[in-house]
Amino acid sequence: MEPISGIWAYVAMTLKVTGIFTLVMIVVAYATLAERRVSAWIQDRRGPNRVGPFGLLQPIADGIKNILKEETLPATASRVFFVLAPMIVLVPSLVTFAVIPIAAPLPTPAGVVDMIIADVPIGILYVLALSSLAVYGVVLGGWASNNKYAFLGGLRASAQMVSYEVALGLSLIAVLMLAGNVTLTDIVWQQQQLGMWFAFPLSLAFILFVISAFAETNRLPFDMPEAESELITGYHTEYSAMKFSAFMISEFGHMVTASALMATLFLGGWDLPGSWDNAYWHEGQLISGFADDGSVILANPALWKTAATFAGFAAKTGFFLVLYIWIRWTLPRFRYDQVMALGWKVMLPTALAYVMVIAGAILFLDEVGLDWGFSYGLVLTGVSGLATFGFMFFLDRGKTISGAAVKEPQKSRVDRVPQPAALGE
Amino acid sequence: MVTILFYLFAAVAIGGAIGVVLAKSPVGSLLFMVTTLGAIAATFVLLEAHFLAAIQVIVYAGAIMVLFMFVIMLLNLGHDYEGDFRGGLYAIISFVVVGAIAGVIKNDLVGTQQLEATGAESIAAAVEESGVVGAIAHPLYTTYVVPFEITGILLLVAIVGAVALAKRNVT
Repeated sequence: MEPISGIWAYVAMTLKVTGIFTLVMIVVAYATLAERRVSAWIQDRRGPNRVGPFGLLQPIADGIKNILKEETLPATASRVFFVLAPMIVLVPSLVTFAVIPIAAPLPTPAGVVDMIIADVPIGILYVLALSSLAVYGVVLGGWASNNKYAFLGGLRASAQMVSYEVALGLSLIAVLMLAGNVTLTDIVWQQQQLGMWFAFPLSLAFILFVISAFAETNRLPFDMPEAESELITGYHTEYSAMKFSAFMISEFGHMVTASALMATLFLGGWDLPGSWDNAYWHEGQLISGFADDGSVILANPALWKTAATFAGFAAKTGFFLVLYIWIRWTLPRFRYDQVMALGWKVMLPTALAYVMVIAGAILFLDEVGLDWGFSYGLVLTGVSGLATFGFMFFLDRGKTISGAAVKEPQKSRVDRVPQPAALGE
Repeated sequence: MVTILFYLFAAVAIGGAIGVVLAKSPVGSLLFMVTTLGAIAATFVLLEAHFLAAIQVIVYAGAIMVLFMFVIMLLNLGHDYEGDFRGGLYAIISFVVVGAIAGVIKNDLVGTQQLEATGAESIAAAVEESGVVGAIAHPLYTTYVVPFEITGILLLVAIVGAVALAKRNVT
């Protein structure tokens, strides 16, 4: 099968850009509804269920409401930066999706279409670069409002996002070392070749990445920048109507992108179990793997395969989205110094040590000469499992793994108290 | 197409650089500087130096300028629009310095088309062999490992110095 070329490549590109952008916006809209419905469910309420069946038209009603509301501009705000901030914050959250592959390549009469907008050679670095720009909108919004709560929120946001970017990048290094490349297409392909998703051989990196991603998206338990009980709503206190909506869209857009990224890096992206769906461009051919003698096995793309892998990708992304919401309505917020201590004193040293461990393990396996495949992954799974166990053991001082029941009774054991009978002896 | 894009990004970079100097508020200057850095990253992409472009945005725009922003917002509250242009002597000195730099660039760099062609070929060959990141990582960690590590030590010394200065007034 040949890759698509000529005029049809431009047609396919246009369709992909508009299609994926529309899809992300729809997911963002329904994520706001899901957040309210799931929170209601967790708190034993009903949630918004009046607009349309099961409240499904609620996002549309919210959108119309936000457009029709009055736009306020605080008298003391810096007008230019105040208007600029929502724009700056919106762009990075929506363009990062361009490098994430969403399904197996789709065969068309004109050629095979990759289900990714731009397979840029820097892949994941593009995501890191753009997500590091997201902080500008937040800080600028807080500063331009000329409101002390908004300003505090903006400062907190910048400190937190810069801190957790370090842990995020370091946990990513383990993935890049194992995949040997930075493009997300390659990372998916390497997971298919390994026969297992990177969440298993790199379990500690997975945990660190999920925690950092929560902090980067400013979601609970890391929503310091907008902690409503201390800072009203932090950096977007002074924003109303569509400008407020822009901040909300960017927050949920970041959530969707981060979920898709976690699914791609650690849960195989669009990969489904088995080798029937594998596809990768190798020297101009779409292959599904290598035979034992080193020759290539050609892939056989089909519409149903693309549809099935897209469903798999959507399910994995959806899982992380639900996890975001689930955690928000389960855990209380950290104190600010706890956030910083966790980032610099726990996440950063752990991530650094883990990079050393994984680098050593990979070097050892390559020196021994173990082939890249399932057993390679199993060895790494064992190493990472031990590292994860140690991390967890350290983090909760043994309470979860050995069980709280082992430690707690020692403090208040009734038989430790001198009994009247014992005193009498 | 590449030429048009190059002139577009070059214009944005120069416009941003002029904006850094002319903007009234320090935050405005900072945003113009970010614009300039972004435009330079874009010209790196046009030169097929994707990795350099990403690092440019991650390190300069995403980390260093954020720290600048932090400092400006914390230290300069209430004095945002104070003029800080100095007298004629400073203007003359800066014109001379800028002119000298421009002259060096004109004499030593412009017109070396030969170097540019082989440079592009060797970059393409290195990328073909070891990927976008490997093309930089291989020489950095083999041929140039000593200068690279020395730079690291320099940064470490600067960090230790900064911590020492910040701690001095506390105790």
